[in-house]
Amino acid sequence: MTLRLRCHPGIGPRVEGEALVAEDDFSARYDLDRLAGTFSRPGHKLAGLSYVDRVLVLNTAKGGVASAWMLREMTERGLAPKAILFNAANTILAQGAAFAGMALCDRFEDGDITRLIATGDHVIVDPPVGLVTVLERAAER
Amino acid sequence: MKLNDEEKAMLAGETGEPRRWAVEHMMEVGRMFDAADFVPVAQAHMMADTESLGEAGVAFLEGLAAHPETERRVAVPMLTDPRGVDLSHYRPLGQTEEMADLERRTIAACTALGILMTDSCVTYQTIMPPVRGEHVAYGDTGVVIYCNSVLGARSNFEGGPSALAAGLTGRTPRYGLHLDRNRRATRRFIVSERPEGLTDWGVLGGLIGRLCGSYWEVPVLEGIEGAPTSDEMKHFGAAMASFGSTPLFHIAGVTPEAPDLESVCDGPPPEPVEIGREDLEGLRGNFGASGDEVDVVVFAAPQLSHVEMARVADLLEDCHVHERTALIVCTSPTVAADCERLGIVGRIEAAGAVVLRGTCFYNQYAREIGEANGWTRLLSNSVKIVNILGGYGYRPALASMEDCVTAAVTGRVP
Repeated sequence: MTLRLRCHPGIGPRVEGEALVAEDDFSARYDLDRLAGTFSRPGHKLAGLSYVDRVLVLNTAKGGVASAWMLREMTERGLAPKAILFNAANTILAQGAAFAGMALCDRFEDGDITRLIATGDHVIVDPPVGLVTVLERAAER
Repeated sequence: MKLNDEEKAMLAGETGEPRRWAVEHMMEVGRMFDAADFVPVAQAHMMADTESLGEAGVAFLEGLAAHPETERRVAVPMLTDPRGVDLSHYRPLGQTEEMADLERRTIAACTALGILMTDSCVTYQTIMPPVRGEHVAYGDTGVVIYCNSVLGARSNFEGGPSALAAGLTGRTPRYGLHLDRNRRATRRFIVSERPEGLTDWGVLGGLIGRLCGSYWEVPVLEGIEGAPTSDEMKHFGAAMASFGSTPLFHIAGVTPEAPDLESVCDGPPPEPVEIGREDLEGLRGNFGASGDEVDVVVFAAPQLSHVEMARVADLLEDCHVHERTALIVCTSPTVAADCERLGIVGRIEAAGAVVLRGTCFYNQYAREIGEANGWTRLLSNSVKIVNILGGYGYRPALASMEDCVTAAVTGRVP
């Protein structure tokens, strides 16, 4: 069954992809091996997993300002997520998404986005409208 | 967003492509955060280390730098955060010519844009501290949190592209910490034990950052009697920003916007959370040293002040760094120049340590230099750096400056 999740209008283009979800926070600097395209921070719940072409669903952004440059670099090398969804973005990730042309949304009306979407769900992210649509649940396949 | 005539002209490209891009970029970000308009800024400060920039970022800077001088020069004083390569000392670290070339290209582009290459994350201690109420656009979370909290300036965390956009136009979208309503306390902590030493201040900052856990929470602390030092505030803020993406704190009776608790609260103060020794030990335990051998000891994040440099030199007096251990000290070019004149750099280097100028360990290809030198077991007194480097293939541990120096000299965690 299709699930429609309203959020604040976000940044970047409409994209479609498979979700990768954790209740953890996110920093491109702290958490990623950007050359391998994987989460590298040992304590992160997504450690060892590839984020390439996935719709990342995480709690909030943490740490430093480097992510703003890094999202574009990751995008140009073809080793980037398609979109990032947060409960609450910080300024850096919003700026980085704008610079990279990456889809990013936050502030969902129905609550904790890391609980509303599950890893493997197929979703459409529409930042200009402020809408994320879950087309197909991984659990229902 | 409402634009004035000058901003409309910039958006229309009448003042050149760099400023057109800058206004367009900032409007996209401003809309995300419901900014009503722009606010003029007095300074900008940009993180532009080459590890973050990559080829894509460097090429972007070069593209801007290729425009005519009247179109590309920044409109307000603009400084830089630490660089990715100290060009006077990169081969010994295992950094490559490719990295150095990227660095040289970045410096050339930034210089053409009229940016002052201060290469510092302690500009508030060394270059030009902002004034209370001054709107600025700073990169580096440590700079932002210190200037917002300790000095009462007004800045969001500005990533490199947005800081550059602010520098090119002399303005930034009016959202976040530029607005009074987002500077009010949302969390309240009562500290029962005053931290002693830089590392303990970092531990307290890290803990509060973790508890706040969002850019949009503003903690106020009670229980801190008397002003901490600038270096203590530096480590406290840097760790808080690192753990929590927190851009502002208040300390009742200490920081300028909080002469007392009520001054930073709208209505009744938030419910207090008490922080005691056990809480601090809990965070410290995540970075416990094991007694094993140490590959590299790092003093950085933030760059060292004159006072910290002098203390490191004193601790290394009549000592020599162990043959299988490296000791790296990162400071700003400004501090380094002064400390060379004062003989402090000479004393540190005579003990076998390396002083890097204008870099900071974690943003100078930490993964690659770790692999090149076989460094995994890292010790530092910086809570921020041990928080970051776990994702870079290190096994970081935390210790006081004194214990770090002992570890560097003996090759083992004391």
